[in-house]
Amino acid sequence: MTDVPKFNKSPWVVHFNCNSCNGCDIEFLACLTPLYDLERFGILHVGNPKHADVLVVTGSVNHRNARVLKNVYDQIPEPKVVVAMGVCASTGGIFADGYNVLGGVDKVIPVDVFVPGCPARPEAMIDGVLKGAQILEAKHSGKTPLAEKNVLTRTPTPVATPVAQEKGAPHA
Amino acid sequence: MIIPQTPLMVVLLVVLAPLFGALLCGIDRRITARAQGRIGPPILQAVYDTIKLLRKEPMLLNRVQIVYAYLHLAFMILAMLLLVFGQDSLMFLFVFAFSTLSLVLGGMCVRSPYSRIGSQREIMLMVAYEPILILLMIGFYLVNGHSFMLSAPMTAAKPMLLSLPLLFIGFLVVLAIKMQKSPFDIATSHHAHQEIVKGLTIEYSGPYLAILEIAHFYEMALLFFFIVLFWSSPAWVGIILASLSFFLMTVVDNAFARLTSMWIFKFMWTGALILAVTNVLWLYWASK
Repeated sequence: MTDVPKFNKSPWVVHFNCNSCNGCDIEFLACLTPLYDLERFGILHVGNPKHADVLVVTGSVNHRNARVLKNVYDQIPEPKVVVAMGVCASTGGIFADGYNVLGGVDKVIPVDVFVPGCPARPEAMIDGVLKGAQILEAKHSGKTPLAEKNVLTRTPTPVATPVAQEKGAPHA
Repeated sequence: MIIPQTPLMVVLLVVLAPLFGALLCGIDRRITARAQGRIGPPILQAVYDTIKLLRKEPMLLNRVQIVYAYLHLAFMILAMLLLVFGQDSLMFLFVFAFSTLSLVLGGMCVRSPYSRIGSQREIMLMVAYEPILILLMIGFYLVNGHSFMLSAPMTAAKPMLLSLPLLFIGFLVVLAIKMQKSPFDIATSHHAHQEIVKGLTIEYSGPYLAILEIAHFYEMALLFFFIVLFWSSPAWVGIILASLSFFLMTVVDNAFARLTSMWIFKFMWTGALILAVTNVLWLYWASK
């Protein structure tokens, strides 16, 4: 069985923007660029849920798009995983208190991987999709779909940025 | 170069041709990635994708759709065998066209508008390239002492390319269309996955999409072998010619933008068709 190429060799991703500010979407599209190159892991960005394995959701869920999100999710053939990209998709983020906001994606569909960050960095996004791809294999073989707790996806620690303005410098 | 028509050879071809086609697709994706400054997927990525698709949940809209997917595959295998064993070229063309037609019918039998648009575009492409293929067969017929058998160009002493240079250029354009390369990848595209939501394959998923992928691998092997026909003695020159043609397709794919179906139609029925007709007329008068 070890010779059979696993699902994690070619996770095809469909991306759905629920209610995002586009920050995460732009970062996710940056993953396709030569700098990050999603395709070297066999990850393809497809536009069709029927061809996809991984559903990447950005933005919080509201009353209007919950139905659409559920519809996209239902069209993905099994096994499938959901990656909640960014803090809004994870918990509702800055929009959580909005009168129209239901909260994170997990209010509507089961989420397998949460990628925090506002916006999440491209490295963290690729990491999240690959983590989801491993869960795909587990789901296919009927094992528990949960990822190991101790290696949850995190945003890499940013390099310490130099202080932009010297003390006492005049404001622009 | 002649290939023995034994049952063992049939089994070998049916097993090895899709692997070869998948390898060609993998190399194409790698070269494309390198051209764009990326690392790119593994060479065997197309194999991984297909095995993954075969392991996914089967999901279908109607049974007819699936019948057409299988017909597409079956006729593609048959077309490849007819070509490799040097059978009748007109029969080969018919079977090859019916294979593509099955794909179109499969795309037409669902209610998705994107699938319908993709199918209509595929029909436009067929209308655009079929005359070139027919003229190519007439070219073979005139060169090889009035024989429509494909074994004739395989055994000819003088390479076909020297007699059919303009038809070869026409065939390269057909190759770009059949390989779903820019500027001709309007029905469904290997690189633009979002464009009309993958066109005529939109309603196929999981193992049924894998059938279409495998048929595409057979098609790649078939097209590769077809170019070898242009210089089949010695065959290694033909193989180099075919490799260079496939590399050219990748370069063209990366250098051109996608164009409209009407543009492709006009281009094929003027530029490519004039090249092909000129070549055929020249052969006809030379043989008088």
